[in-house]
Amino acid sequence: MPQTRPVTPAWQRFGLAIPYAWLLIFFLAPFLIVLKISLADPIVAQPPFTPLFDAARAPQLYATLENFRFVLADRLYLLTYLNSVKLAAVSTLLCLLIGYPMAYGIALSRPDTRNTLLLLVILPFWTSFLLRVYAWMGILNSHGTLNNLLLWAGLIDRPLEILYTDTAVFLGMAYSYLPFMILPLYANLARLDLDLLDAAADLGARPRRVFLDVTLPLSLPGVIAGCLLVFIPAIGEFVIPALLGGDDTLMIGRVVYDEFFLNRDWPVASTVAVLLLLLLLVPIAIFQRYEAQGEPRA
Amino acid sequence: MTEGTPVRDLPANARWLDPGAAPFVRIEELSKRFGDFVAVDRVDLRIYKGELFSILGASGCGKTTLLRMLAGLERPSGGRIVIDGVDLTEVPAYQRPVNMMFQSYALFPHMTVEQNVAYGLRKEGTPAPEVRERVAEMLNLVRLTPLARSKPAQISGGQSQRVALARALIKRPKVLLLDEPLAALDKKLREHTQFELANVQDRLGVTFIVVTHDQEEAMTLSTRIAVMDEGRFVQIGTPGEIYENPRNRFVADFVGNINLLEGVVEACGGGEALVRCDEVGAKIRVRFEGELAPGARVCVALRPEKILISKEPPPENDRPTVPGVVFDLAYFGNLSLYRVRTAGGKIVEVSAQNRRREARRYLEWDDQVHLSWDKGSALLLTE
Repeated sequence: MPQTRPVTPAWQRFGLAIPYAWLLIFFLAPFLIVLKISLADPIVAQPPFTPLFDAARAPQLYATLENFRFVLADRLYLLTYLNSVKLAAVSTLLCLLIGYPMAYGIALSRPDTRNTLLLLVILPFWTSFLLRVYAWMGILNSHGTLNNLLLWAGLIDRPLEILYTDTAVFLGMAYSYLPFMILPLYANLARLDLDLLDAAADLGARPRRVFLDVTLPLSLPGVIAGCLLVFIPAIGEFVIPALLGGDDTLMIGRVVYDEFFLNRDWPVASTVAVLLLLLLLVPIAIFQRYEAQGEPRA
Repeated sequence: MTEGTPVRDLPANARWLDPGAAPFVRIEELSKRFGDFVAVDRVDLRIYKGELFSILGASGCGKTTLLRMLAGLERPSGGRIVIDGVDLTEVPAYQRPVNMMFQSYALFPHMTVEQNVAYGLRKEGTPAPEVRERVAEMLNLVRLTPLARSKPAQISGGQSQRVALARALIKRPKVLLLDEPLAALDKKLREHTQFELANVQDRLGVTFIVVTHDQEEAMTLSTRIAVMDEGRFVQIGTPGEIYENPRNRFVADFVGNINLLEGVVEACGGGEALVRCDEVGAKIRVRFEGELAPGARVCVALRPEKILISKEPPPENDRPTVPGVVFDLAYFGNLSLYRVRTAGGKIVEVSAQNRRREARRYLEWDDQVHLSWDKGSALLLTE
């Protein structure tokens, strides 16, 4: 049989070109610049790194892997990476544990209340992100709302030290990223065929088994999408650990900031950023692979 | 539970005629309300062991809600469900000795055909070797052994239907519930599957309760049919009873094609009634055992295949006869369908077998014809 290729109309090709152009201009180009800087030596100049290609002096390329060797050898950077992964992972898990029942509840609610519930989920976005983090500082500090409430109720007799600890960071992260977990999970669960749940019950599965055998495995793509949407920005998060975390809360985002603006070591800062991106490619690749496997082979 | 003594000279499963037989499924005063809407309205039903019982009705008549209550997927608002002597009204779905085949088939997309079929047994805690054996046996019965490792997305509609059937039968339920089992199949496959279903039912002896909107499906499959409308049963009977003796206009019209001729009783007595049908411009004698006052509004029901169409008036003068003109005709090879305009203006449908091998048609458009029938073929409907 002759193979026919569908002809894509010009306007459709133009439409497809927009996201590619976007990624090219706002992601790939800046990344290449950062990659270039990570291969340079720091110097005291404007800009503070050696050029990749110096036409004035000698027409030759100059690149070094010294920064990568330096960053990978230093235990501090390694600990920072691990700590970032830990913070992001715990926040993601918290979001999943809180978000799954919420998404499930919304998906099973009556169609007319469903939109209201979804609106409530995204309502916090109408307030500035920074304001919301500052609000958490007000709630969590030793003379804050939470401590006052607990003291008044007589549950504690000395204020809890929550602010400037990892606990505060987890709370802030879980709160801020929760909608990113709920929305993809909801989109997945809303498409769940309720006949499948009835069929499992009919075949002898108790409600808990129905969930474990049918609902959970079928919602896995939604779980993975939600986890990625939370985990990836969480790992590079800068504001929340800076405001709610203690001085010892090491996060990659903070290290990049410090290297850029305090040490003015742009090459090392860029190297840290490039390595972070490589680190993030791992979960994305796993997800892609899972998606490809999930496709039915017709 | 005591089985009634089988009555001689009855087909093996015609237990409903035996007054001593105990029903296998007993539904008493069963109701389901959704807010103000009454989906199922105080329904009573007795179904006997080994029956293939159909619940026939248009969409929204409550038949699926009734089936879901039997499965335990919907809580009744009132009434009782008793199966094999056990009251199941309050028993949850996962503990009922009843399985259901869903209209959408509801196969688990993340499991293979084999895993789908095995699911019910696994939940029962059946030991693995027995599960394997029974799944193999069941896949063999529905001829799906080669597809055991396939995922539902990789198999056809007809195959999915058989997987759903196998999955619902593997626990050897006392009653199998089927929700529109053939609706998702194309016409040819449907006819084939229809007989296959009846065959499987016959071999396993499981009691089947089928919900359908397709009267043809109900007619060919069932031992008995309950016609349902607005949450209530209008008539319960064998396919023959439903077709030949519909109780009222609704059943007559819903099951098969029928001409309903509205009229007024002129005289009644001696086992027949004389009905003046202005619609067809004739007075019609209908066999009728009962009393009707002159002037009562009634309806003469007449199946198209019971009418004889001819150019000459019939020689026997005791046959009710209505003259008319051929208004439209359709030739189907084995059958011809005529639409005849009567003197009163009403169009009457007639179907006739083409007994003789003739290329030239006996009747043409605008031919003057006479429609006649046996007095016993027409039915007087008072409801």
